[in-house]
Amino acid sequence: MTAAPPSTSISEAPAGGRHRRWYRDPGRLVPVLLVLLGFAVLASVEAPRGRFRTDVIAGRDEAFSFEFAVSIIAPLGRGLYTTARATVLAFTITLVLGLVLALLRRSGSRLVRWPAAFVIEFIRSTPILVQFIFFQQLVRAIDGVSLGAVQILILVLGVHYATYASEAYRAGIDSVPKGQWEAAIALNLSPLTTWTRIVIPQAVPNVLPTLGNYLVAALKDAPIAGPVLGVPGILFAATAIRGDTFRQVEPFLLAGAGFLLVSLPAAWLVRRLEARVAYERT
Amino acid sequence: MPTNAPEPQPASEVSDKGAAAVRFRGVHKAFGDNVVLRDLDLNVEPGERVVIIGPSGSGKTTILRVLMTLERPDGGTITVGGRHLYHEEGRDGSLRPAGEKHIRSVRSDIGMVFQHFNLFPHMSALENIMLAPVQVHGKSKSEARALGLELLEKVGLAEHANHTPGELSGGQKQRVAIARSLATDPAVMLFDEVTSALDPELVGEVLSVLRDIAEEGSTTMLLVTHEMGFAREVADRVLMFDQGQILEDGTPEEILRNPQEQRTKDFLGAVFEH
Ligand SMILES: Nc1ncnc2c1ncn2[C@@H]1O[C@H](COP(=O)(O)OP(=O)(O)O)[C@@H](O)[C@H]1O
Ligand SMILES: [Mg+2]
Repeated sequence: MTAAPPSTSISEAPAGGRHRRWYRDPGRLVPVLLVLLGFAVLASVEAPRGRFRTDVIAGRDEAFSFEFAVSIIAPLGRGLYTTARATVLAFTITLVLGLVLALLRRSGSRLVRWPAAFVIEFIRSTPILVQFIFFQQLVRAIDGVSLGAVQILILVLGVHYATYASEAYRAGIDSVPKGQWEAAIALNLSPLTTWTRIVIPQAVPNVLPTLGNYLVAALKDAPIAGPVLGVPGILFAATAIRGDTFRQVEPFLLAGAGFLLVSLPAAWLVRRLEARVAYERT
Repeated sequence: MPTNAPEPQPASEVSDKGAAAVRFRGVHKAFGDNVVLRDLDLNVEPGERVVIIGPSGSGKTTILRVLMTLERPDGGTITVGGRHLYHEEGRDGSLRPAGEKHIRSVRSDIGMVFQHFNLFPHMSALENIMLAPVQVHGKSKSEARALGLELLEKVGLAEHANHTPGELSGGQKQRVAIARSLATDPAVMLFDEVTSALDPELVGEVLSVLRDIAEEGSTTMLLVTHEMGFAREVADRVLMFDQGQILEDGTPEEILRNPQEQRTKDFLGAVFEH
């Protein structure tokens, strides 16, 4: 072997670090644990029982009451947990179904491609509120099927965002250079291996920023379903408190803060994930 | 997709097994009105090293791509090691368009190295090389790893096994790509201008790897290159290609030193000027 490898300075540093598991890195592990802990605390709070009552009744004329605000944290927290959990579950559907829809839409067969395109465009171009109501009525109309409000929320939200995610996946798949497919053919890889080992791993990092935005958007869309379906989510809780106490500054202020509490760490996690899966494109 | 399947040729012409490593018969390929391969006939013997030269746009890349099944020919037949690439042979010797399974099976004899490497950027050098042995050839991880390390050693990159393509120079990338192709142990290897995307000072290290493969002698090599010194040294045969046809075919000595056709002279004059 005559070709001597020119050793470059970059060649030394990253070799060991690259393949370290993410959970071995405190900078990643700690925030993940904190978020999980937050969810666990919220989950352990006693389940909501219909109405939200608080013993503290502040006078109507009073300005912002700190004591009152503290007293409604628990019911709002339970509502937030319901909303956040439904969003996370819905988004699991989004991630998987979105990819499936994207693949169907790229199918070689028109019989597959066209219905997929129709479903995607139809769902994307109708309001999610209409879809909540429509689906609820559909479930009621079908004998033997009964879904709770939260389950309907999860399904509709998940499918709705899956149609958006499918377009993001499609763009991500299209962004994988032609040379990658050709290298896969030259190595005689099967179509399955080409998708799972070459295309999807390269498409997903390109799609992550968009999917992250959709996750936050889904979180904000989730409470819309509250009043319609009767999901005891965070806005539902805030509304109930206003009904009981005739005060709306504290519950809605805290509800807004509650959204930040979930969406900021979520956005941050997505950014960390992006950084983790990023690779230098060549 | 074999909807526009090549016209079958009489089977007698191709039934002599164990003959050519690669044989093109009347291969035709057009992109729209642009006819790129015209009725091309070509024989390459096992172990032969054939360098293809010719002006840009003459169809050199297309020959390799058709052989690698990256483009489907419009007509003609191609055999690899005596087996039809795009046709399946009936018992009576008749030919019909081949299915994906058949094409995949014949394709396993062919490997290709690309001008722009086409390494998988999300995998380390070693993972790039291990992928096909594990996924296609059913090797165990540890077998594939041993093979990968051996091949990296062979191309002089043993200590870069865990680096991703983004951490490697162009010459290093191309050597990894060559190792990746070698890992599938193809009988026929195609090289499409594998040094032309490289900085001049990195060309030598890649050519030296190619020389090593050529010296081992068992691999049939089809190389498109503008490196005439390398061609003279390594090639058994040089094909001068022009407008989708073979203009001249001979030893490196004949073609590079003593070309008969005016267009070959013009082309070589232009190449050596640079
Ligand atoms: N995918 C393609 N679509 C349309 N035209 C193509 C395609 N690939 C190659 N061609 C055309 O075919 C001709 C031969 O190209 P190529 O085989 O790449 O030549 P060379 O490698 O000798 O430079 C050129 O005119 C080129 O523009
Ligand atoms: Mg070319």
